[in-house]
Amino acid sequence: MAVLDILKLPDPRLKRLAAPVGRFDRGLRELAADLEETRLAGPSAVGIAAPQVGRLERIVIVDVSGRPKTPNHGYLVLVNPEIVHWEGFAIGREGCLSVPDYTGNVIRATGIRLKAQDLEGRVHEYVMEGFEARAVQHELDHLDGLLFVDRVVSRRTDLHRRKVHQT
Amino acid sequence: MADWNMLTLVGADRPGIVARVTRTLYACGCQLGEASMIRLGGNFTIMLMVSGERPCAEILDALRPVSEELALRIHLDPVPGGLHRHLVPNLQVRVAGADRAGIVADVTEILAEQGFNILELESDVAGDEDHPVYIMNIQGYCERTVEAVQKALSALGSSGVSVEVAPIDVLIG
Repeated sequence: MAVLDILKLPDPRLKRLAAPVGRFDRGLRELAADLEETRLAGPSAVGIAAPQVGRLERIVIVDVSGRPKTPNHGYLVLVNPEIVHWEGFAIGREGCLSVPDYTGNVIRATGIRLKAQDLEGRVHEYVMEGFEARAVQHELDHLDGLLFVDRVVSRRTDLHRRKVHQT
Repeated sequence: MADWNMLTLVGADRPGIVARVTRTLYACGCQLGEASMIRLGGNFTIMLMVSGERPCAEILDALRPVSEELALRIHLDPVPGGLHRHLVPNLQVRVAGADRAGIVADVTEILAEQGFNILELESDVAGDEDHPVYIMNIQGYCERTVEAVQKALSALGSSGVSVEVAPIDVLIG
């Protein structure tokens, strides 16, 4: 187990596509353990993705269980994750271990259906909403070389305004 | 000499203001920090942190040809402060209602009584000239709960203004 170095913007490795995990072996379990230790060593992150430590593999960790009143599935290691259904959208403020001292507003789906493998290669399907769904979308972006700064919308963009106009 | 100056600039909006101003500042040897630039009522407005290694008089001299050509009003003031001093907001207050004088004062006085520190406030007038709608979005930091702040603001509801307080959950991932 080790706390790994977090890559920071503008490291070009954060912009690369991660490769699917093919071997569910001890090396993968060690990577997951190191990722979790690295996540917990930082400033209260609810997720971490392998590319953030320079490993271009499709594995992320998400755990929003420490937040009050937040529906969640607990501590999740998601291997080869894939969102198969999106629902709704909302603006929320995000930050990132790879982008220190900056937060910005990002539009995400409010509900998702997710397929992912665990560390043994078993396939699971999850239905997620709210903060957990947002965290998963944030982490999965890392696997495709995207950071939240690539999705930040203007501070003036307010979905509430549209709602007001419609009613 | 202060580490930073605050440049404020206002002029009739047209393409190219930002490019001309920032190119001039760069040529003058200045670095830029945080900025807010936005069109307000047909004017373009800039509030921009400009590094303080050059004397203000020298920066203003350099900007003068641009400000005269584009009819920009400019102020430059040394300011305390610096980069990396962000505060993260935890509460958002959205206000919408038929436009009338005093909405901003009514809302923000109550927020001030709650110890609410406004970090960002943006407002706009929507609707049309006959039926203007005032919309304001405030983000800030307050140690009181969402419920407490919402309750304090509830009196405004009877005046036809909708005020909604929501937590801002910053996701770090």
